[in-house]
Amino acid sequence: MSFWQDPIGFLGEIIRNFLFNLLPEAWATFIFTLLSVVIVASFGLIIVIFLIWVERKIAARFQDRLGPNRAGPYGLLQTFADIVKLITKEDVVPEKADKLTFNIAPILSVVAVLLIWAVVPFAPGWIGTDLNVGVLYIAAVGSFGILSILMAGWSSNNKYALLGAFRAVAQLISYEVPMLITLMVPVLLARSMGMMEMVQDQDVWFIVLAPVSGLIFMVSSIAEVGRTPFDLLEAESEIVAGYHTEYTGMKFGLFFAGEFLHAFTVGVLFAIFFLGGWRGPGAEEYRLLGMVYLMLKGFLGYFIVMWVRSTLPRIRIDHMLALNWKFLTPVSLSLLVLTAILDKIYGETALRIPALLAGNAVVLLLGYLIMRAVSRRQTKERPTFKKRPVAKPA
Amino acid sequence: MQNTWLFIGIFIAVAAVFPLLPIVLAAFVAPRKPNPIKLDTYECGIETVGDTWVQFKVQYYIYALVFLVFDIEAAFLFPWAVAFDALPLFAVLEGVLFILILVGGLLYAWRKGALEWS
Repeated sequence: MSFWQDPIGFLGEIIRNFLFNLLPEAWATFIFTLLSVVIVASFGLIIVIFLIWVERKIAARFQDRLGPNRAGPYGLLQTFADIVKLITKEDVVPEKADKLTFNIAPILSVVAVLLIWAVVPFAPGWIGTDLNVGVLYIAAVGSFGILSILMAGWSSNNKYALLGAFRAVAQLISYEVPMLITLMVPVLLARSMGMMEMVQDQDVWFIVLAPVSGLIFMVSSIAEVGRTPFDLLEAESEIVAGYHTEYTGMKFGLFFAGEFLHAFTVGVLFAIFFLGGWRGPGAEEYRLLGMVYLMLKGFLGYFIVMWVRSTLPRIRIDHMLALNWKFLTPVSLSLLVLTAILDKIYGETALRIPALLAGNAVVLLLGYLIMRAVSRRQTKERPTFKKRPVAKPA
Repeated sequence: MQNTWLFIGIFIAVAAVFPLLPIVLAAFVAPRKPNPIKLDTYECGIETVGDTWVQFKVQYYIYALVFLVFDIEAAFLFPWAVAFDALPLFAVLEGVLFILILVGGLLYAWRKGALEWS
């Protein structure tokens, strides 16, 4: 295994040999693990700095603006300028706030997202730690984000912040249901919860076997991040800034960074579960290539999140909850049932892909027809108003 | 096996230190000039009326209850999905039956109006 095929594994082996020769085994294990942890975690944080610039630039293009273009070439240093600004801002902690909870919440919001990166398979052999319960771990750790929002809203002692936190509970908790159920479909297709096995099993990308599940996963993930059209928890025009109304300076910045990282993490998870992760031509031999593929695919998912964000307006809270409980949840449950039965019957045969595709199409069609029938009935029941004459200008 | 969880343990600590660093740095660099009005609750300039922690809509709580059912269901179904190859068709159908019972629960909540926001 040469340097160019596996640079990180190559260097890692040298460092590992060095440490194990120098120190007793327990200490060497600890320091080596610590080193790899710092590498993975700082990768996640460094990418945020880049992402904020990318998002501002692309969002600006969507809105027919230029975006940041003053600090450095193409405004690349804008984020660093923002960080300096946020650090030098006064940190106001409201007098009536619950101080401990208030201070922990922004840290927790970053930790919750960063922890997901511990099990992201970057390339063959490049993974923080290949837990055999990786998917369950992601589901568990992702829920910490909800907790941080609830803590922030509750401890601020501000009515708007509290309203934002309530909405967060209703929204994030609700959308976790279809997300978990659609996550079960790739687990079922790969027969494993390990992230590495999940990628290795995708000779055929799972988006081909379960396109509707992928779509539902994407939608509910956008809701989990709390981006437009699901940004009710920080709707500026209704509840000031939602759960982080009382936060200033770097603490606000951490919520902000956590949200950006979460949005990109969603894209990366979508790539791992449905787009084949690091798989691509040459990824097995040259591992750096695998990482490039994963980042490209993850960025594609992130781009979709941004695209949706700049296209759709915010939806009403009852619509948001109805979409989840009355459409996404039943559809994802029936998809899971259908995938399980079809994969058991046709799993080993050549009919696997067409059967699963047909099943997805049937569920989508049925869902659409039911939705159309219901919406027509509701339109009929809607009270009609008489047209009033409009005053015409003389 | 031990090492994989050691990694997670250290990761939690490191992941907590990283966001802590800028906050600590800000504590040294940032100005600190508090006054009573600045530290007051922010409501766009209007003084806040009454207590913040008031009664809230019970609907939020009901959604949380319905969520709980499905969250636990997921914890049960993940092992079922992992062991899929070892299961005969009968066992798969049993898992499907389990899901259908939960769908019954969802329909019940739906009929009862627990999913209506009003």
